[in-house]
Amino acid sequence: MKNLKAIFLIFSPLVIGWIALFLGAYKVNPLMVLKIILNEVFHVFNLRDSAEKAIIIDIRLPRVLLAGIVGASLSGSGVVLQGIFRNPLVDPFILGISAGAAFGCAITVGFFPHWSIQLNAFIFALLAVALTYFIARTQGEISRLPLILSGVIVSAFFQALVSIVKFLVDPHKLQAIVFWLMGSFSLADWQTLKIAGLGALIGLLPVYFMRWRLNVLSLSEEEAKSLGVNVKRERLILIVFSTLAVATATSVCGIIGWIGLMVPHLVRMTIGPDHKVLFPLSLTAGAAFMILADTISRTITNFDIPVGIITALTGAPFFLYLLKKGGKEAWGK
Amino acid sequence: MLEIKELWFKHKGQKEDILKNVSFTTEKRRLTVILGPNGSGKSTLFKCITGIWKPYKGSILADGKEINKLSHLERAKIFAVVPQEHEPAFPYSVFDIVLIGRAPYVGLFSSPNSKDYKKAEQALQILGIYHLRDKPYNKISGGEKQLVLLARALAQEAPFMLLDEPTSNLDFKNQIKVLSKIKKLAYEKGLTALVTLHDPNLASLFADKIILIKNGKIVAEGKPEKILNEKLIEKIYGVKVRIVQNNGFRLIFPILETSCINKPLEAQK
Repeated sequence: MKNLKAIFLIFSPLVIGWIALFLGAYKVNPLMVLKIILNEVFHVFNLRDSAEKAIIIDIRLPRVLLAGIVGASLSGSGVVLQGIFRNPLVDPFILGISAGAAFGCAITVGFFPHWSIQLNAFIFALLAVALTYFIARTQGEISRLPLILSGVIVSAFFQALVSIVKFLVDPHKLQAIVFWLMGSFSLADWQTLKIAGLGALIGLLPVYFMRWRLNVLSLSEEEAKSLGVNVKRERLILIVFSTLAVATATSVCGIIGWIGLMVPHLVRMTIGPDHKVLFPLSLTAGAAFMILADTISRTITNFDIPVGIITALTGAPFFLYLLKKGGKEAWGK
Repeated sequence: MLEIKELWFKHKGQKEDILKNVSFTTEKRRLTVILGPNGSGKSTLFKCITGIWKPYKGSILADGKEINKLSHLERAKIFAVVPQEHEPAFPYSVFDIVLIGRAPYVGLFSSPNSKDYKKAEQALQILGIYHLRDKPYNKISGGEKQLVLLARALAQEAPFMLLDEPTSNLDFKNQIKVLSKIKKLAYEKGLTALVTLHDPNLASLFADKIILIKNGKIVAEGKPEKILNEKLIEKIYGVKVRIVQNNGFRLIFPILETSCINKPLEAQK
């Protein structure tokens, strides 16, 4: 039964991705979608250039892949953060990492167009998570509520800084920043896809190999130490790499919250908390979830609603549900 | 063999020593109990031995190796520590918890291999809890949790097993069950077991050797029947007791004021 669920989660991004490719303002036959993609990869059918082909290959495919990569990055780092902070209520958005990355991007777009946007996003995301960490850390241990509160504080701080940038920047750039901040994949192309893919690969691959360590690191610090783990060093490695994935994702599509909170929970409920399985399946489920959210955001109306709105609309009630369900335990020590 | 030599400890910024010149040794295949009332310094002593706190003077030798010079990883291959309170943040299965005991042998960028899985399964079998394998750890009873943690310590394959108050949250039956298991494991697996306890009766029943501690000083050490006498227990715990023998076992029970016994409280006046 568990295996069946795992297989379903593994293949979910492929199925949902395929559906996402034929849905949209311009309807494409589902089989034609497969044909076009197979042709693009293997050059078997010798299809002539057509509007359908252009829509699938140049517009929808990069968008679906980008959504998948960003979804995997955000939910993968959600697993990491929940594990190392022993706190099921955190994700990159709640801990202020997304806000830090957003500030890095905003100042780059606004004032330093020649600097690397990803590098700045990474630097400020790291700064944000370091601030959250040290504000929350009292007497060695990090408790649940202080961690969330300090995330809120740091998030508010960086969002205020972003507002300053918006206030000072020239109107043309302002529009770009505002649109991008709402979180959307509508600007996806093969170039952004390469950047996001590289960031996700560098950020998530080391975490993938360290995933079983998350079981050990999710115990108390004393206990993990007694099991031979260099807690500080391993936490640092995991935070740095997952922050890199989040920062790159934010730099290509803006702030998309809640997905890093929801997906790990849903996967944990389905196949259990063992990180050896939880981490890879959260990557695929995160990809599927994000593609689904993006497909809804672009098909539900004639407009392209920013996908961040869709994830927040589902994420906020989910957070409340977790709190109510967990009761006292959720707020815990 | 574990050798504790002239250990002194105090918290940073405080004047008073919590451990004062503590020295003792423990032996292989034996269960050694650090016994003392609450606040006697036994938990501090335990934390110094497991390396969570650093004593400012003295040394701890495990089979001749100075423990405080080892890394966490090297130490984890020598000491298996069973924590007192244990509530994981996520509902891991019993098997996941036991497998974590293999952490010292799993590289930073890898996962447990088939040998590690086998060791974890063996540990479950040795403790007779293989049927709990797939149960969520947070849904089993306190006694079962202790057995799971013992299995984890066993999977860790360390020659020393250190347990801080393993019975403090257990009922009568499980206290006996857990301590019997520890003693049996020590004997059969050739481990050195060191346990802190506050109950003199449990210590007297199970210990091969007792280290009696009060106010950070060792008051007596040796076999239970040699060192535990009525006078000493009254001195350490501040309770008058009588020791009776039955079938070669010694039972310590408190002498209550006669007015307390078998009478409702309101009838006492």
